[in-house]
Amino acid sequence: MPRKLWDAVLAGVVALLLFVPLTGVSLSGYTLEGHWQRPLWLAVGVVLGRLLLGWFLERRQRMVGTTRRPGWITAWIDDHRPYIVIAAVIGALLVPWWIGKYWLNVAILALIYVLLGLGLNVVVGLAGLLDLGFVAFYAVGAYTYALGHHYFALSFWAAVPLGAMLAAGFGVVLAFPVLRMHGDYLAIVTLGFGEIIRLILNNWLEVTGGPNGLRVPFPSLFGMDFGRRASPGHVTLHEFLNIPYSNEYRDIFLYLLLFLVVCGMVFLVRRLRRMPLGRNWEALREDEIACRSLGIQPVTVKLSAFGLGAMTAGVGGVFFAASQGFVNPTSFTFLESAHILAIVVLGGMGSTGGVIVAAVVLTVLPEVLRDFAEYRGLLFGCAMVLMMMWRPRGLMGIRRARFHRSEVG
Amino acid sequence: MNQREPILKVRGVDVAHGHTPVLHDVTLEVGLGEIVTLIGANGAGKSTLLMSLFGLPRVARGQVVFAGQEITALPTHRIARLGLALVPEGRRIFPAMTVRENLVMGGESVNEMVLERIHGLFPVLHDRAGQRAGTLSGGEQQMLAIGRALMGRPRLLLLDEPSLGLAPLMIRRIFQALREIVVEGTTLFLVEQNANQALRLADRGYVLVNGCIRMEGSGAELLDNPEIRRAYLGGH
Repeated sequence: MPRKLWDAVLAGVVALLLFVPLTGVSLSGYTLEGHWQRPLWLAVGVVLGRLLLGWFLERRQRMVGTTRRPGWITAWIDDHRPYIVIAAVIGALLVPWWIGKYWLNVAILALIYVLLGLGLNVVVGLAGLLDLGFVAFYAVGAYTYALGHHYFALSFWAAVPLGAMLAAGFGVVLAFPVLRMHGDYLAIVTLGFGEIIRLILNNWLEVTGGPNGLRVPFPSLFGMDFGRRASPGHVTLHEFLNIPYSNEYRDIFLYLLLFLVVCGMVFLVRRLRRMPLGRNWEALREDEIACRSLGIQPVTVKLSAFGLGAMTAGVGGVFFAASQGFVNPTSFTFLESAHILAIVVLGGMGSTGGVIVAAVVLTVLPEVLRDFAEYRGLLFGCAMVLMMMWRPRGLMGIRRARFHRSEVG
Repeated sequence: MNQREPILKVRGVDVAHGHTPVLHDVTLEVGLGEIVTLIGANGAGKSTLLMSLFGLPRVARGQVVFAGQEITALPTHRIARLGLALVPEGRRIFPAMTVRENLVMGGESVNEMVLERIHGLFPVLHDRAGQRAGTLSGGEQQMLAIGRALMGRPRLLLLDEPSLGLAPLMIRRIFQALREIVVEGTTLFLVEQNANQALRLADRGYVLVNGCIRMEGSGAELLDNPEIRRAYLGGH
């Protein structure tokens, strides 16, 4: 008990030291004004928070050793898994018809992040390669469409496979020099690569338009436009179907298409995890020497993970460009990589369901809390700290095997 | 003295970790169907020798020939596919994967017959097929590591200190299993600090001192050698 008090007081003192210069002084005209209550209240808050934290950690300590049964939520999810999946799919298909244009755009963004999260999850969660420059491949996808359209009149439908291939190509090219590195070194190299791509896009004015960005057209469906009036030689969707025009159609279309892609990716990852390749990813994450001695070539296995991750990001990038109608380099900063990584970590490394939930939450929540926009960073940080304490393996850490006699073998 | 056709020939091999020489001019042979052991003190270079057969680290000078084919410069995974399997020091199983998944990792495809044979050798691996490998006891993990290596149906099985950190009873069970493995047609090359057990099991043995082969002979010969008794067997 005194130990906890001591910790709390110490935290309070540190908070006071920090908050006095940060919040205790404000500039008013040419003079400084002191607000001495402010840091004091903040420090009191920190002391109380630290006490609560100490209590929580102590309780957790006591629980170590006692067999912990999965909570009722986990059990319920396990029991009703197929129903939950069906309900989620139906829900996701109905959503665009209810919500307005604004939220539809948020939903599209959320789906793009789900896709990116799933891609990075293969690299980080399954293969254990910490990639801090994931956004580079996202940028490659987006700019494939933008530049492809600008210079070669590339259509959306051609840009999707091309963006995927180009991004995967970039991934493999980067992976070659990088794969002999481990952990931190790998993280730094990928971080650098992400910045290189962004800086090239930013500074190669003649080709990419630099910070001014590029306009990107909206996709068409079987040659039908979504605009109010058809471009020469084309038909618009609403004329073809004989329904009144609404500019929501194109967003709904994009949403549904993206949903299909996400479903495909979930299916692909699910299958891969049961195939030798997926097993090799996980084995390589756990012990590279053991893998080599079993005749697995680490380079090929890592390359495939990196390539698949990059490819997914490329597809996400094409969709991003199409949904925004415009790309410029500010969408591809390191912060974006960190955001995607946060999705993977919060969702639980390697867990598909967790990543989907985390991506949706991390995209929708900031929009819901737009009124508190100034405190977004603070809330986000607190949420991260709490998550790491409460569920260090993420929202839905992968639960693989449990203790039971198995019928296999 | 060795009439059998050698499956592994190591000729004049030097190995270094960076600039630090570890092995010097090591020459040895393992005959088909034999159990050969390499004993030596801590830091003599036993594990390095085993790993260098796999090219981790690469041999600096000399030649390694496996089943008539030179493997000195082959990439590790190719060597493994030739039929050389390693049970690494410290077991190195995949703790987060299930026992069965660990076994499956050992072969390119699941061969039910091989799996059954391994389950026969180590019934515990069958009983715990669905359990996380990290939750097994040390001895069971060692069994799993051996089973995993056998999944690829190796012709030569290399074992790096299989008795490390195990209870005497467990060591006996594992060495018993090793005997059965040889009977079924796999050659064994065993690196051990537990010289007593290893020499009892082995047909022949080599003694490695400071990176050089100091002595060789049959298991029984080495067991009776007074110098070896004093240095490695605690004098009894």
